Parts: sequence; C-alpha cells; structure tokens
Amino acid sequence: MEPCLDIRSLSAVLPNGQRVLRSVSLSVQPGEVRALVGESGAGKTMIGKAVLGVLPKSVRIVEGEMLIEGEDLGRLGEKARRNLIGARTALIPQDPLTALNPSRRIGPQMTDRLVRILRWSGERADKRIRQLLDEVQIRDPERVLKSYPHELSGGMRQRVLIAAAFAAEPRLIVADEPTTALDVTVQKQILRLIAQLQRDHGTAILFVTHDLGVVAKISQKVSVLYAGKVVEEADTAQLFAAPQHAYTRALIAATPRYTDPYASLKPVDEAVLAGLAAEIAAADQSWRPGHG
Amino acid sequence: MDDARISRRGLSPKLWLAGGWLLVALLAAIFAPLVAPQDPLAQDLMLERLPPFWLDGAEPGYWLGTDSLGRDLLSRLIFGGRIAFIVAFAAATSACLLGSALGLIAGYFGGWADRIISRIVDVWMAFPPVLFAILLVAVLGTGLSSVILAIAIIDWTRFCRVIRAEAMSQARMDYVESARIAGYGRIGIMLREVLPNVLPSVVALLSLEMGIAVIVEAILSFVNLSISTDDPTWGSIIAEGRLSIHQAWWVLVFPLITLILTVLSFSQFGEALKARFDPVLR
Amino acid sequence: MAEPLFSVRGLKVALPDMTRKPLIGRAPLAEILKGLDFDLPKGSVTGIVGESGSGKSTLGRALVRLLEPSEGSISLQGRDIAHLSEAELRPLRRDLQMIFQDPMSSLNPRHTIFSIIAAPLRQNGLGDRLKERVADALQRVGLPQSFASRYRHELSGGQRQRVGIARALALSPKFVLADEIVSGLDVSTQAQILTLLEKLAAEMGLTVAFISHDLSVIRRLCQQVIVMREGKIVEMSATDALFDNPKQAYTRDLLAAIPLPEIDADWLQPASPA
Repeated sequence: MEPCLDIRSLSAVLPNGQRVLRSVSLSVQPGEVRALVGESGAGKTMIGKAVLGVLPKSVRIVEGEMLIEGEDLGRLGEKARRNLIGARTALIPQDPLTALNPSRRIGPQMTDRLVRILRWSGERADKRIRQLLDEVQIRDPERVLKSYPHELSGGMRQRVLIAAAFAAEPRLIVADEPTTALDVTVQKQILRLIAQLQRDHGTAILFVTHDLGVVAKISQKVSVLYAGKVVEEADTAQLFAAPQHAYTRALIAATPRYTDPYASLKPVDEAVLAGLAAEIAAADQSWRPGHG
Repeated sequence: MDDARISRRGLSPKLWLAGGWLLVALLAAIFAPLVAPQDPLAQDLMLERLPPFWLDGAEPGYWLGTDSLGRDLLSRLIFGGRIAFIVAFAAATSACLLGSALGLIAGYFGGWADRIISRIVDVWMAFPPVLFAILLVAVLGTGLSSVILAIAIIDWTRFCRVIRAEAMSQARMDYVESARIAGYGRIGIMLREVLPNVLPSVVALLSLEMGIAVIVEAILSFVNLSISTDDPTWGSIIAEGRLSIHQAWWVLVFPLITLILTVLSFSQFGEALKARFDPVLR
Repeated sequence: MAEPLFSVRGLKVALPDMTRKPLIGRAPLAEILKGLDFDLPKGSVTGIVGESGSGKSTLGRALVRLLEPSEGSISLQGRDIAHLSEAELRPLRRDLQMIFQDPMSSLNPRHTIFSIIAAPLRQNGLGDRLKERVADALQRVGLPQSFASRYRHELSGGQRQRVGIARALALSPKFVLADEIVSGLDVSTQAQILTLLEKLAAEMGLTVAFISHDLSVIRRLCQQVIVMREGKIVEMSATDALFDNPKQAYTRDLLAAIPLPEIDADWLQPASPA
C-alpha cells in the first residue's frame, strides 16, 4: 500500500552548519498512528513542522524527500505544495490557547479553513463543523461556537481544535504534543477522542510526544528520536516487549510507573549517552551533504 | 524558551561608529580652546560669509566658513558642543535618577506607591514637552541650570514608564520569591534581584535621553530661551543660519548635521551598550 | 508516626480574583483553599497531588508563608506562623526553604551560581566560610566546583534544577517545599533529580512537601499523599495504602488516567458506566 506520508533520508541544518535532522526516514501508512518520541532537542517537532511546510527560516533542508500520498513535495512549486499540504494535512497543536485568536469567536475560526482554503460554502462548512463538534462530544455547540477562546476550558479548546483538524477530512494529521498542557484526566479524554475520530475517519496521524506512556496507548508504530536521528523504529507492541536500542531501554526504565516504583525512574546510564554520542559522531562522519 | 547561548562579545560596528563620533565631539568640546582654530566670538566683517574650504573664495583656517558676522563656524560649533554636552550629561542623568528610582518603586512595590506615581506620570505626559519646557524656562529664567532643570523635570517620566514596566515583570519572576525565601527584605530584593535586570534598559534610555536633551537645548536656544546669546550654542547657530540660508547655506547645514549625528549616535550607542551588557540575548 | 513538624488546621486562603476585577476598585476575593487539616510528620516526604485549580501550589506557598492565610493555623513545631509579619518570619526563613518549578525563572540571569547559592547563607548569618559552604552545596548536588562562576544560561535544565536544590539545602533547613520540580524536565533528567532529592532528604532528615500533578512520581518518593481537588483534601493516607486501595472515586480516576508505558488495548475504550 502506498504510504500516506513517506519521509526519506531527511537532513536539515542550522545556519552554523549544525545538523538538526540526521537522515530521518519514516513512513505513516493510511489510517495508522505513528508516534514520534524523544526528549527535548530530539527534533521531533521539527519533523512535524517540515511535513507541514512551516519550518523556521533558519532551518534548511539539505537532503531527502517528503512524499504525501506519493507526491514528492520537493518537486512541486511553492503554490502547488501549499495547496497539497492544505488539502491533505491538518495540525492539532500543543497549546490550544495560542493556536486560537483570542479576539475572534470560535465559530468563524473553525470554518475559516474550510471556506478560505477549501472553498466550501459557508453553509456547508457550518454544517460540517457542527457535525464534528458532536463527534468530539461537545453537547452545546451553539454556546461553544459563539464563545471566545478564553471562555472555554483547556480541554474544551483542545476538543475544538481536534474537531477543526478532522473537519476537512485530511489524509494525515500532525499532532504536536496535543495533551502536554492538559491535566491527566482531561488528557485521557482527549486521547480517547483522537483515537475514536482517527478510527472512524481512517486518518493517519503523526503523533509527536515526549511521553512513552502516551506512545504505548495511542500508536501502532513508533520512531524513537535522539539528536535528530531515528535510533529505533518498531511496532509499538514490539518496542515495549523487546526494545532493541540501549537508549530506548533507558527511556522506558526512566519513565515513572506507580505500579512498579522501584523498577522505574532509573536515571539514564552515562554509558548509554556516551554510546549515543559515538553513534551520532559516526553518522556525521560518514555523511556527505547531498546536492542540496 | 532556552536562552540563546550567545553572549555578544566584542564591539559591533554600530558601537564603534556612534561611540567614535561621540568621543571626537566630546574631546573637541572639552579641549575647545586648544582645538578651535579661531575665537568663536571674534567678529570680522571683512571675513563675513566665507564658504567652506572646498569652495572658491574660502580662506585657510576657516574650514567650514564663517557666518554673517565673520565668525568662524567650526570654532562656534566646537564651543557650542560644550553647552550641548553639559546639558546632555547633567539633564539626562538627573532625569534618569529621578525617573528610574520612581519607576523601580512603582513597578516593584505596586499598590499605593504605584497608583500615585503612575497618576503623576499620566498628568505629566498630558503636557506637550516642548511647550512645557518653554513654559518652565520662562518661569525659572534663562540660563544653563534652568535649561538642565527644565529637561530633567519634563523627561523623568520617560524613565519612569519603561523602568516601571520592566520592574513589574521582574517582580513576577521566581527568583524574587526565592529571595524572600532566602530572607531578603523588599528593599534588598529590589536592589539585588530587580535592579541588575533593569540596568541595561536604564543605560540605553540614559544614552537616548542625552540625545533628546541635546535637541531640547537646541530648540530652547533656537527660540532664544537658553543661555546668554553671546555664547554659541548649536540651537542659536541654527537660528542665525536660518536667516542667511540664501547667502550662506553652510551656516545652517553644518550645525544641523552636527546635531543630527550627535543625537543619532547617542541613541545607537545606547542600544549597542544594552546589547553588550546583556549577558544573555533574550 | 513521628511528631509533626507542621500541623495545619482549618487553613483557608483567599486571593484576589483578577478575572472578576471591576474597572475601578479592588478585585473580589476568591477562596482558593477551603479549610484544610493535616499534619506533616517530621522527616517525612509528603506528596501533594492535584490537577490545575486544585490549590496545591497555593497550599505550598502558604506553608512557607509566601502567602498569608485568611483563616486557620499553621503550626510549625508548636508555634503558629500563619499570621506572623514579614519581620517576624525572617528568622524562621532559614528553616523553610523552597525549590521552584521552573529553574530558569528561579535563577537570576545576572548572578553567578556562587552568588545565587551564597545569598541565603549571607542573609541568615552564615556568611563566614562562604566559599567552603557553597562548595559543599555544589558537591552535595553533584555539580563540579567550576560551576560556581557560571551563569544560568551556561547550564542545562537538569543542572539548573540542581542549583535550585543546592540553594534550598545550603541552609540545612528543617522543611523544603518542592513545587513541581521535575515537570519541566526530560524523563531522563527527571529521574536523576528525583533520585537526588530522595537521597538528600533521607541523608539530611528533611521534611519535604512534594507538590506534583503526577502520581507516578509521588509513589516512589513519598511516605504519605494528600490528594486535592478544588481547594479541598479529597483523600489523605500512607502512600502504599493510597495506591493499592484508593478510597475515593476521584483518586481512582486520577490513577486510571495515568498512561503507563505498557501496552493496554482497553485503556482507550470508553469506560462502561459504573
């Protein structure tokens, strides 16, 4: 089957020449959730931004391809690329408060994308949004659509953004730490909703997170990142049953588990970090920037 | 986000250019009697309206030409710089001390202190500054000290507003709470935790204010409200130059250029200093 | 159990509610803590857990008297400190220290690490042998001596939090408030900081209030747990009892909501109505 998102050997550098993505390859099949997990500075958010074409100006892609449903983004012109990304992808952002304009009501903000980018009629967009609000279990859509962002709770705002992301039936959603800012009980509801909508709509999700617990619950596939490099890539069940890379094992052991307090919260061994540093150095040594 | 791990070392070209001009102008003003080629007050009707050195009819020794009374323009500019710098330093420093202290108190202590100080600032800012200055000098009487006093009385609000805002955001930092936990009193916290973090802005504003003071002084002497009319000031030279613009454009143009360069240099110098004193670029 | 270091009775805290502040005049008070009773046994680590809006941070700030309670008593070894003035509190500060959530905001960018750790020592009459004391504090938290001359921006997140711990422990306090001290850190760093705090608390016989939104972290570190919700205590018990046999539905919900790093296909299924 043709992957929904296919990233092949993607490398990116900062103006000072430092590599921030190191020949990253990963793919997301239609209807599949792939988690992208790593600590700060691992480049997981960067990959999400690259897919959506919103990398900061200072980051330059020097190598590799990104294909959305077989179409190579690199071969398209600026406008065609924007259109393709706009039509087939969507984002669920980390911070629902900054993602919404504080001085506009929720309703028009949700229909904007459908009307402006996808050229839907206002009526159709409105109907669609109400349908999605129902799917994310918002029981009083009238009130929510008329509210300003600050009048809703964090969980409500995130529901609104999830509804907006699914409204245009994208093939791929990039979810960038969508539950990090939320309380645990709300996080569970939101994860549940994302999983539900994802199944119902058959959408593929690239799920960026730092939390291995969330990875275990939401994803079928997972890529573990360190310093912009994919150090392990596996079926999620496989990864937790038999982690291959020492860093993955260390991360799992460091993650707290109240069910097993003394087998968890293990500090990462210096040897593991030294091994990673050597691995990265070796990869950089053999790497020649392509013709980018 | 993370601090950018760059601290700016070395001097930027901006700092060099602005600082260089200010240094040259300042040294010339200090050593005016040694540097100035002529007596700035010496009139010689034989030498009236001599053009600058590169034009026909220029006299050696009168580099920028002479005015309608035959006084050497360069020498007058150099001596005028003395007044300009005295006013710049004295007025800006007084405005800075008054405004920063009140701003710090208002921003950090908040409450009643803030309400009273902010209200005074609001009232103060309702007056157009130049009109206010002219009014003040008219009341205080002309002379160097009244000009300085007038500028300080008017412009302290500039410091007060900025420093208040910065002190307010500093007051919310955890290290302020941490200092309370450590046993510091309010004044101690203000001096130890808040003040060092607002200093770069104070320095930048101080430099900017010096430029503004130079302009205000020029305006006041332009309308003949500064110091005695005999001593050359940049403003009075400009005022005179305006009268003979058609016969001798240089009498107007050179003091204007001097004024603009000095004011720009002060503001650029302040910005560059601020960037340099920041251990971290935030 | 050991005698209590803190004994809190009927604690209420009301703070101005800025969202309801009228254009002119004072903001109305909102009651954040609605009457709390509990003890913190000497030498124990107590976890205070709750979601946003539960009042757990407010409670912490009241204990170290960054806030003044509106009602109730906070007795520190028999002395009620709830309404002491700032001046009366100063001699007590040395025994009540705090580690902050955000090590970035809690370290002043303009002071060296030495100056930051030395500040509480100087202020509490331990200004002699300052170099030695700061060196001890750095060593205790596993930072090299060379860090004394550095600034905040030259440190990593974990190192900054170690400085925060060094500063709090430099005075050998009786009580330390740890307010979400690992929530901004990566998992691997988080484990280091927690094991460090665990070790130091045991070595120094500290009484610790460990505020966290994460029950997983609390189980390892704490001997007793207070679960809070909307300014009230929902449940309070010894750690193992709370985790093995939670009495309150809210506590069970909190536990069930934690995504453990293990495969569980049922976790995302909608709960059957109980």
